[in-house]
Amino acid sequence: MDFNDSPEEAKFREEAATWLKANIPSSQDLEGLDFIQQAKLWQKKKADAGWAVIRWPQEYGGRGATAIEQVILNQEEGKLNAPNTGMFGIGQGMAAPTMMTWATEEQKLRYLPKLASGEEVWCQLFSEPAGGSDLAALRTKAERDGDDWIINGQKIWTSGAQYSDWGIIVLRTDPNMPKHQGLSYFFLDMKSPGIEIKPIKQMSGASGFNEVYFTDVRVSDAQRLGEVGQGWQVALTTLMNERASIGGGGGGGAGFRSAMALAEKMNIDDRPAIEDRGVRAKLANWYVQESGLKFTGYRSMTALSRGEIPGPENSIGKLVGAPKSQDLASFAIDLMEQAGIMYTAESEEVDSLFQSAYMSIPGFRIAGGTDEIMANIIAERVLGLPQEPRVDKGIPFTDVPTSSGD
Amino acid sequence: MNFEFTEEQNLLREQARGFLQDHCSMKVVREALENGAPFNADLWKKVTEMGWTSTVIPEEYDGLGLSYLELSVIADELGRAVAPLPFSSSVYLATEAILAYGSRSQKETWLPKLASGEVIGTFAMAEAPGQTSPASLSTTGGDSVSGTKIPVADAEIADFAIVVTKSDTGDGASLSIVELDQGSVTKESVATIDPSRSHSSVTFNKANAELLGEDGAGWAATQNILNRAAPLFAWEQAGGSDAALEMAKEYALGRYAFGRPIASYQAIKHKLANMYVKNTLARSNCYYGAWALNTDAAELPVAAATSRVAAIQAYYFASKENIQTHGGMGFTWEFDCQFHYRRAKLLSVNIGSEGQWQDKLISAIEQQNAA
Repeated sequence: MDFNDSPEEAKFREEAATWLKANIPSSQDLEGLDFIQQAKLWQKKKADAGWAVIRWPQEYGGRGATAIEQVILNQEEGKLNAPNTGMFGIGQGMAAPTMMTWATEEQKLRYLPKLASGEEVWCQLFSEPAGGSDLAALRTKAERDGDDWIINGQKIWTSGAQYSDWGIIVLRTDPNMPKHQGLSYFFLDMKSPGIEIKPIKQMSGASGFNEVYFTDVRVSDAQRLGEVGQGWQVALTTLMNERASIGGGGGGGAGFRSAMALAEKMNIDDRPAIEDRGVRAKLANWYVQESGLKFTGYRSMTALSRGEIPGPENSIGKLVGAPKSQDLASFAIDLMEQAGIMYTAESEEVDSLFQSAYMSIPGFRIAGGTDEIMANIIAERVLGLPQEPRVDKGIPFTDVPTSSGD
Repeated sequence: MNFEFTEEQNLLREQARGFLQDHCSMKVVREALENGAPFNADLWKKVTEMGWTSTVIPEEYDGLGLSYLELSVIADELGRAVAPLPFSSSVYLATEAILAYGSRSQKETWLPKLASGEVIGTFAMAEAPGQTSPASLSTTGGDSVSGTKIPVADAEIADFAIVVTKSDTGDGASLSIVELDQGSVTKESVATIDPSRSHSSVTFNKANAELLGEDGAGWAATQNILNRAAPLFAWEQAGGSDAALEMAKEYALGRYAFGRPIASYQAIKHKLANMYVKNTLARSNCYYGAWALNTDAAELPVAAATSRVAAIQAYYFASKENIQTHGGMGFTWEFDCQFHYRRAKLLSVNIGSEGQWQDKLISAIEQQNAA
């Protein structure tokens, strides 16, 4: 048992590190560019040299690398101050695997290489005001019109809709079928006439998500993935990959190390707070949680390294990480006592880290599966416990009770 | 990355689990709980014949010379089985103390017999309710030990004890090896919350003894011994936590209320999911502890405390929520849920409570940061 690379892994790590160091954009390269331009510049450079989406087949923009090689590449890139390419995550992590499973070969060759290089950005249009955790309750409808479908309705919580070129979308194509059977799955041009994008102002003041309204938007039937009525099965391909993509618990740098540093600086009864047994106990618990997640990740990496499929252990990441970060941020603010409330988003003060985390973490406990949905997933898929009985199965979608009562 | 047990170690696990299913069923644990015997001598004999007590003892002292990873696997399985054995006292504490601090002749005297299981050792530290420290110690040591230790695990059956005594020099404590079969040592059984393991009050009245390690270096040695034992105790707790979760799951799948299995209610599903989360954190931290112990890493104090805190929390949670999942039947003597609840608390305090290990963890991190 050790943390060392195998000889092949070490060789790959060396090769990756060398290329990354030689090619990472300098601050001059990035000057005057916004974060989208910076991300696109770096992604294109990686793609041109074969260092983007390395696990994908070569014809789609990858190099057929192994899962452990992807982990190693991520680790090495993480050590450098590279432009953040997170904006490609939804396209590469969720849309691409869905396209690979369900699109025609011609479509794959048209769309995947540009997704790999970041030249085209994709978003995911799944959630709706009436369907979040219960995604299949979605109501945005598509009606057949010749070779097209006409879309009307509203999506919500769409990250990056404002800068996306394409979107993957699940639509209700038959409201008279039971709810999971009346759905179909498409991809569409986000610049299509009739699409209106409105940013959502979050409680933190930031706007990372959008509402997307559809008024008589046309999409070609050729852009349907899977059969009419098979949209739920196609969506499951996307969702399986979403859980793999949304890993950590958020909170930025508001983790154990920064909380401990704060406890050394703040006083309790004129002594450093770090000397207080209650403070130490809380810090220890957060360390133990972070450590547990880290070594759970190492166990999964070992499985990848051995060419095995990792066990279900990693499913705990978001469920542990997000509430931990929330409690840690809350406690850090408490340590600052009355002054803990002070927070401006622009502040350079290191301590506003916790206020910022406090205001953003509620979102992490919800995005990509709420804590409660994550616990259900562990209970059902890992422990094999049965689902709750449901009242929405086997009856037409139009007869399913709703919040609005209609 | 190679952060996993080897195929051979996994085979050892299968073998150990099979052996314990055959010879240490819940029925055997129940007998230990009910019959008042200090341990299951028959099971102990079988375990020693399997070589488990000799796992990490070097071959020159008639041990198997295997690694702490093999011992971790065995600890995990013993914990899962709630084994009524003096294994932790003799192997994780007494053997480790002699391996780390014994003179050549002390090693020659004790290690071959500890390996074969011919002798059982234990570790005597506490003297009263509350935290033990050099200042709290009143037992005097050296060549002649006087004082009372309570509770001492497995003293009734142990041949010798490593006794933590006060010292006027150095760090304020020393360690002595005391043979328990002598007139100046009296043992009295004490009742505990886990009668499947035996505990005693042991009074030494000028008992013949031999210093282990240096006089006045006993407190540092004690901390090191506890740090080395902690990952192994944690593995037992991790094994017990998984067994408690499995017990809860099986019951929840079979028990119907309001026309459906209680395992289909989110209140129960989330409870079990939370057990799984805590158990997974504990197990992964146990890997860290095992790695640090096995490589004699400088991080051992951090890794030991991390595994220990996580495992204490996981076993307590799993054992109490297992009872809760069983409802009223879980509270009966007839059901086995009690075994884990009892053992969880015994294992959580016997080498220092959660609060102590939380404190030690932060101290160890402070020392790392200062270095």
